Amino acid sequence: MTDQAYNFAYLDEQTKRMIRRAILKGIAVPGYQVPFASREMPMPYGWGTGGVQVTAACLVPEDCLKVIDQGADDTTNAVSIRKFFQRTAGVAVTEATADASVIQTRHRIPELPLREGQILVYQVPIPEPLRFLEPRETETRKMHSLEEYGLMHVKLYEDIARHGQIATSYAYPVKVEGRYVMDPSPIPKFDNPKLSGSAALQLFGAGREQRIYAVPPYTSVVSLDFEDHPFVAGKAPHDCDLCGATDSYLDEVIVDDAGGRMFVCSDTDFCRGRKDAGHIGRLGVQTDGGA
Amino acid sequence: MYVAVKGGERAIDNAHAFLAEDRRGDPQVAELSVAQIREQLRLAVNRVMAEGSLFDPDLAALAIKQARGDLIEAVFLIRAYRTTLPRLGASNPVDTAQMAVVRRVSATFKDLPGGQVLGPTFDYTHRLLDFKLAADGQVPPAPTAPVSAEKVPHVTEFLNRDGLIEAEPQSDAVPPDLTREPMELPTSRALRLQAITRGDEGFILSMAYSTQRGYGRTHAFVGELRIGAVAVEMDIPELGFSVEIGEIELSECETVNQFKGSKTEPPQFTRGYGLVFGQSERKAIAMSLVDRALRWKELGEDNIGAPAQDEEFVLMHADNIQATGFLEHIKLPHYVDFQAELELVRRLRADAATMQEAAK
Amino acid sequence: MEMTNVSVDGRTKPAGPLLSVRDLGKRYGTRIGCANVSFDLWPGEVLGIVGESGSGKSTLLSCLAGHLEPDRGQVVFDTRNGPRDTITMSEPERRKLGRTDWAFVHQNPRDGLRMGVTAGGNVGERLMAVGARHYGDIRAQALDWLGRVEIAAERIDDRPSAFSGGMQQRLQIARNLVTGPRLVFMDEPTGGLDVSVQARLLDLLRGLVREMGLSAIIVTHDLAVVRLLADRLMVMKGGHVVEQGLTDQVLDDPQHA
Repeated sequence: MTDQAYNFAYLDEQTKRMIRRAILKGIAVPGYQVPFASREMPMPYGWGTGGVQVTAACLVPEDCLKVIDQGADDTTNAVSIRKFFQRTAGVAVTEATADASVIQTRHRIPELPLREGQILVYQVPIPEPLRFLEPRETETRKMHSLEEYGLMHVKLYEDIARHGQIATSYAYPVKVEGRYVMDPSPIPKFDNPKLSGSAALQLFGAGREQRIYAVPPYTSVVSLDFEDHPFVAGKAPHDCDLCGATDSYLDEVIVDDAGGRMFVCSDTDFCRGRKDAGHIGRLGVQTDGGA
Repeated sequence: MYVAVKGGERAIDNAHAFLAEDRRGDPQVAELSVAQIREQLRLAVNRVMAEGSLFDPDLAALAIKQARGDLIEAVFLIRAYRTTLPRLGASNPVDTAQMAVVRRVSATFKDLPGGQVLGPTFDYTHRLLDFKLAADGQVPPAPTAPVSAEKVPHVTEFLNRDGLIEAEPQSDAVPPDLTREPMELPTSRALRLQAITRGDEGFILSMAYSTQRGYGRTHAFVGELRIGAVAVEMDIPELGFSVEIGEIELSECETVNQFKGSKTEPPQFTRGYGLVFGQSERKAIAMSLVDRALRWKELGEDNIGAPAQDEEFVLMHADNIQATGFLEHIKLPHYVDFQAELELVRRLRADAATMQEAAK
Repeated sequence: MEMTNVSVDGRTKPAGPLLSVRDLGKRYGTRIGCANVSFDLWPGEVLGIVGESGSGKSTLLSCLAGHLEPDRGQVVFDTRNGPRDTITMSEPERRKLGRTDWAFVHQNPRDGLRMGVTAGGNVGERLMAVGARHYGDIRAQALDWLGRVEIAAERIDDRPSAFSGGMQQRLQIARNLVTGPRLVFMDEPTGGLDVSVQARLLDLLRGLVREMGLSAIIVTHDLAVVRLLADRLMVMKGGHVVEQGLTDQVLDDPQHA
């Protein structure tokens, strides 16, 4: 079967319409998980099928798409998804955050603040923030509808009682616009502050679990905490060894078998941008004459 | 010095090439044709059609070849293909009472109209490896019987006539479509049956087995198991009548289960139902047991907390395409989250060390 | 006891019963769970329901507390917004009652505790469910309540699975009472415990009932429990209430021995 046998961006228009309705409902009720009839995609569940369906429903031929996994454009799954849309939609692609109109991501929010008109699509494995406290879907949906969120704080209480601090480092639960408690997908909690008041439209797709939810532009997103144990966004206490950035999320890279390691920006586009602008880190190579 | 993880694209292309070569195996050995798979691995083809929810033996055989015999992978290929197909319409419900049976057995009656027909079954074979097959697969033709004009009515119809078994409520309501609407719990029986018939055979088998061992026991008898071809008909609005558009093979199992009676009904037998594409009798029997166990609420039975009574548990975990995708996704990179955990553990250990120091 | 309430606007109004049950019935197939049950519970009153096993007392309690849907009848509770039939009220409202004005102490503490959550977390959950967001305050209240149910402060970060049966039951009581519920349901609260442990728990319960002026409905087959705790008694047999009255009268002059 040739690629021409598939519709623009793979999904048929009926399916896209169904997904767009779910997206619109999600935007109308920020943080609420909208059930949708997730389709089988030609990639496995758990590998971004929810994000891919949301992206497919949003894409128009004029779009410019960026796909990242772990903040990087060149990780294998990001490559695979980007290729899928190049093949089925023929849209322009980019690695530059600023140039993209649609960004599909797994596990990170780009460092560069997003602007109006951009759409950030998150891949979500488990959309239900209460799932590991209460395994039953019928029960958790009831808890959301009744705003019964006491259990969520019990989890945070237990963290502090045991560890002296809230020991949740990623997929850190948030409350959206004062109503729904939401799982922001497994982004590090370092990224949580970027969720709130963003100029971009943020869409979340969970294919296997058949849920779509949304954070519209300029929506308040608050990380759950206690008054006397406020939320703290954390990162490795280092600067990027390549570009010297002090405020970006870092990956730790083991460079030898003697305990040697270096820290580099997880957002590869951000790091490259800084290096191109002449910034240089501890182990970076000069790209121009300056130091 | 640091080398960025570049070249993902080339690595993927090379892996695909390697996979294709490995799939072919030793080029000195003749290549399998799709027709060979379709004809000689027919039960595998049936399973892929059943769990792929698409009746097309040629495509299923192709999927098995492409998936190197990994049936879940083959089901996945079929599902991904199926989901893109346009829906031209819906057929009329098939009439399994009109099935041209190749196999039909009842465990509840010794003899009955239409007779017991063993058909092509492993049941009474001795499970001894047949080394002749390794050398030469030629078999003499099997004896045949003349086609019987006798009707083969459903066994449960006999019980129904005497009011001994619950009446199946008749409805012309359009059943919900699991592949077009999100599953919302609690579901209807129609939706449950859809989910189970495309569910993983191993999972459904184990769930059914657990009910037999006491986890939600329903005392099932196989009232009838029948396998054969049924006509698929479709109403053509322009013509004003229905036409036969093809024929599919189905396995159907109806169980007869014990029932004590309820508030409003005198004691009578109840039913469990299984219907699966192709010759898939293990799945059809298992399906009917699981269906029956899930009906506890509607029949006013106690929930004893058995897994097979738990609709949410069974339906949310029956689909092997969902399960395998999520299971295997944990091999994707997670280093951003792992980094966050690493920092947390380091910080907690530092705090603990400080406290120990202070305690000295 | 003076039966008046002062409403927010300062006017006094005659107080009604806290709980008013009329013609409550529940069948299991042809068998009667409970039938024709009617009674009033007044604020500050403790009602004991006694009977042999199978007499319908646990079915009745489940129907009263909204855990089981009765076939007929009314269970009218004097909510903060006036009397409401809790049978016909929406599930959200009923669940809200369940975590605010009502409390339920199960016979088996495992049914009423989160066994994987620490003692402090168990006590704190109801506080957090109604909006408490200060860790230090929640912990202080949990400590206070652990003290009131005679659990040592250093056990606050232990899980209930490490507790004895008596301690688990006391923890369950603390968890239920921490938000000051207006009505407490108790199902055989001393049921699974040793005799010596029972005595200590009873003593503790009596203290709490007196001190907090609790309104409670206690189901038990243990007459010592009702003699000590209950103002009034209902005796059940075969799903029917066969006798009711002041505890001392019923116990000292039983009509259905």
